[in-house]
Amino acid sequence: MTQLPQSTERKMGLVIDLDTCVGCHACVISCKGWNTENYGAPLSDQDAYGSNPSGTFLNRVHSYEVQPDQGPAQLIHFPKSCLHCEDAPCVTVCPTGASYKRVEDGIVLVNESDCIGCGLCAWSCPYGAREMDMAEGVMKKCTLCVDRIYNENLPEVDRVPSCVRTCPAGARHFGDLGDPESDVSKLVAEREGMDLMPEMGTKPVNKYLPPRPKDQVEDQIDILAPLLAPVAEEPKGFIGWLDKALEKL
Amino acid sequence: MHPAPSVIIFTTLSGLGFGLLFFLGLGMPDVTGWVAFVFFVIAYGLSVGGLMASTFHLGHPERAWKAFTQWRSSWLSREGWCAVIALTVMGLYAIGAVFLGQKWSVLGVIGSVFSLATVFTTSMIYTQLKTIPRWNMKLTPALFLSFGLAGGALLAGQTRLAVPLLLIAATIQALYWWQGDKAFAKSGTNLGTATGLGSRGEVRAFEPPHTGTNYLLREFVHVVGRKHAEKLRIISFLLAFFVPVVLLFLPFNHFFALIAVVSHLAGVAVSRWLFFAQAEHVVGLYYGKR
Repeated sequence: MTQLPQSTERKMGLVIDLDTCVGCHACVISCKGWNTENYGAPLSDQDAYGSNPSGTFLNRVHSYEVQPDQGPAQLIHFPKSCLHCEDAPCVTVCPTGASYKRVEDGIVLVNESDCIGCGLCAWSCPYGAREMDMAEGVMKKCTLCVDRIYNENLPEVDRVPSCVRTCPAGARHFGDLGDPESDVSKLVAEREGMDLMPEMGTKPVNKYLPPRPKDQVEDQIDILAPLLAPVAEEPKGFIGWLDKALEKL
Repeated sequence: MHPAPSVIIFTTLSGLGFGLLFFLGLGMPDVTGWVAFVFFVIAYGLSVGGLMASTFHLGHPERAWKAFTQWRSSWLSREGWCAVIALTVMGLYAIGAVFLGQKWSVLGVIGSVFSLATVFTTSMIYTQLKTIPRWNMKLTPALFLSFGLAGGALLAGQTRLAVPLLLIAATIQALYWWQGDKAFAKSGTNLGTATGLGSRGEVRAFEPPHTGTNYLLREFVHVVGRKHAEKLRIISFLLAFFVPVVLLFLPFNHFFALIAVVSHLAGVAVSRWLFFAQAEHVVGLYYGKR
């Protein structure tokens, strides 16, 4: 059904720490690796070894430069995948009922055998979270690794989305954002986690933790600095003569 | 947005076709027999031809029937229903008019209402998208409906109605461009809100996620054709409205009428091309593009 549930029992999602992300793209690769051989159709590549390669990815890492009014610019790595919105426009636009939001955990999924590949859900998503697979002709998106998180065949430590399990910097966290007592909710409260494009009214479940302020470089780096100033300001002796002679030329 | 030929052909042709069906259902022109047959063949050729073209951009056209299931929430599904109801009801009406010389006017009115509803639901597929500020305007349905009615009146040979309807459509088109050019800025979405980093300073896309292209860039970031947008607007305006109106003021003959229709069709197609090519999706912001 492409009508959204009134509410979901849990709001499973990701918290992404923009302060910690180092932009290594390991989450991109592990996501592609896991999801190309598990839930649904594989994530195909086109012209993978040719001059114009492209392919389906459920998670991509952008990098942005932020230039404050004063001080040096800051580089921020920015992983982006489906935000599993509470008011997901991609679900309601779907004409076939292929796109749906689960009542039990709020995960937005695509039933690929019902998808006609019209692309309207991708049009309606402000975040670019949905990509049409060119080989399969169906819409692919982040499943929050629905085939890992409840999978009792995996060791418990692995029952998190592949990107979270892989992140070497600990910049990705997984949990129930509907429960104010969960670790992820506390993290969001403490670090003032934010929504992307809140004006779109999508109410994203995934939150982004803003980068912490950087240390400010003072004018005077060290109290000893004045003592380290060059002692001889004007060259003397032979160098002084040479300097003057060259000036006159 | 990528101006896919399939959607341009679809919205252009089916808009005209359903516009013509609207007038035929109201008995304008009041025809039966062979003349009615020709009119209905043209109307069905355009509307069904357009609908067929729209299936070409689907990944799985063989499952298209499933699109009838979600009429409660999806405008695309509602469009499917309206189109099927309009074509079925008008088909029955056409049988009466062509073969039995009967005018089942109640059926005709129902068919007309659903023909117009089809054009409206098509326009709502685009209007509902907040992600594309240029489409997310009340003028979008007005644009589609006024084009459908003007083109329909022109095809139906309703010269008296066609002139004012063409002028109304021309006005809405001009307003649509004027308001549309400001829509993205007015939406308040920029790279700052997209990344949530806007309050910290000026945000610039530093490095894309990959060196090549991807589905999102191919589908949503189309900058190539915008270069000639101003010229194309003038061409579209002249072809869609100016030429037909001038021709309608000349003494009627079938050749002029044909030129007027072909010119209008070409003008609407150019307008539709611009409708897609100039539409900017907010996802482009993430890539530092519009």
